[in-house]
Amino acid sequence: MHSTFEDIPGTYVFTGERAIEGRHLNRFCMSLMSAANRGRFKADERAYLDEWPMSEAQKQAVMKRDFKALLEHGGNIFFVLKIAAVDGRPTQSVAASFAGQSSEEYAAMMRSGGRNPAGLRSISGRF
Amino acid sequence: MARITAGIGSSHVPAIGAALDAGRTGHPDWAPIFAGYEWTRNWVAEQQPDVIILVYNDHASAFSLDVVPTFALGCASAFAPADEGWGPRRVPIVQGHAKLAWHIATSCVLEEFDLTIMNEMNVDHGLTVPLSLVLGQPSEWPVRVIPLAVNVIQYPTPTANRCFRLGEAIARAVRSFPEDLNVQVWGTGGMSHQLSGERAGLINREWDTRFLDQLSADPDALRTMSHEEYVREAGSEGMELIMWLTMRGALGPRIRELYRFYHVPASNTAVGNVVFVPTE
Repeated sequence: MHSTFEDIPGTYVFTGERAIEGRHLNRFCMSLMSAANRGRFKADERAYLDEWPMSEAQKQAVMKRDFKALLEHGGNIFFVLKIAAVDGRPTQSVAASFAGQSSEEYAAMMRSGGRNPAGLRSISGRF
Repeated sequence: MARITAGIGSSHVPAIGAALDAGRTGHPDWAPIFAGYEWTRNWVAEQQPDVIILVYNDHASAFSLDVVPTFALGCASAFAPADEGWGPRRVPIVQGHAKLAWHIATSCVLEEFDLTIMNEMNVDHGLTVPLSLVLGQPSEWPVRVIPLAVNVIQYPTPTANRCFRLGEAIARAVRSFPEDLNVQVWGTGGMSHQLSGERAGLINREWDTRFLDQLSADPDALRTMSHEEYVREAGSEGMELIMWLTMRGALGPRIRELYRFYHVPASNTAVGNVVFVPTE
């Protein structure tokens, strides 16, 4: 049933399958809602991550702030954004990083009407 | 008798709340948005609704992924603004209407529309940003609010049709509430936007415009639209637009569009605002 979502290029749809893989990653992200946990995470990221039964790839993605990898390994965008919030990094800067754009390029694109969907709707249909 | 007198569609972009709270409403990025809401702001002030049933989604604030209710109705008497990681927005506590909310919950569940009952819930920007856009910055909100949180971040999300039918069920419930209340239903979120993946920043002005046209004139076209089409055309977070269909469903078959505003961008998002009144 999700094959048609996979036909949409450059798009993550948070299905049950992704939720299974990302279970502990997303729980870790939610834990950052508490100031005490944010403090412990910032003091020693690796030690804090090791308290969670996450995969090594997930932990590396967190430490590298590789948001594309975080989503590929089951992260939900609204949960992984809590890592950016710890860094004081705006959502727009994370969004820009997915497309390999600088924040300035991305902001300029948004001001001129956003990313045009032409050609970005369907891989199989090429439209 | 309680009656639904209007429906409002509105985006709920968090950056709009941040701009308002920081006093940046005059900044060129934000001024057109606040100006675009002025008509709605004045109109709602004249209408003086008693209760707003506000359809929105939580963004990992009140709900973790431990429990994911598809439809969660706020039955508490008050809802505090959530801390979304940088402290709660300094906006008034949202006052609920527990009696009407419980009446809606009872009516819907007995009609086999099984809602989750929330007796304790914080509300995030999804709910408070539309309130700020339409009601401004009062020291107390001048209206009671019943939050209706819809899951649109963990698939499977409800279908567009289910959201519409929930609006119809809510309208039946409101009509059978004995107290004389002026009730509005607001659908929030959208319009087209996508926060992640290589398509991040997607905006589909043409599709958004058609969505607004069809929302008033041909909502059946939107009810039957698949999740795939919403995501493909409006972006992964454009899925939020299914919540506008709950508002539309609550208004009955015929409506009049009093106002429409559309603007790109607010941060990553296309902003839309409509005001509808039922005509029968």
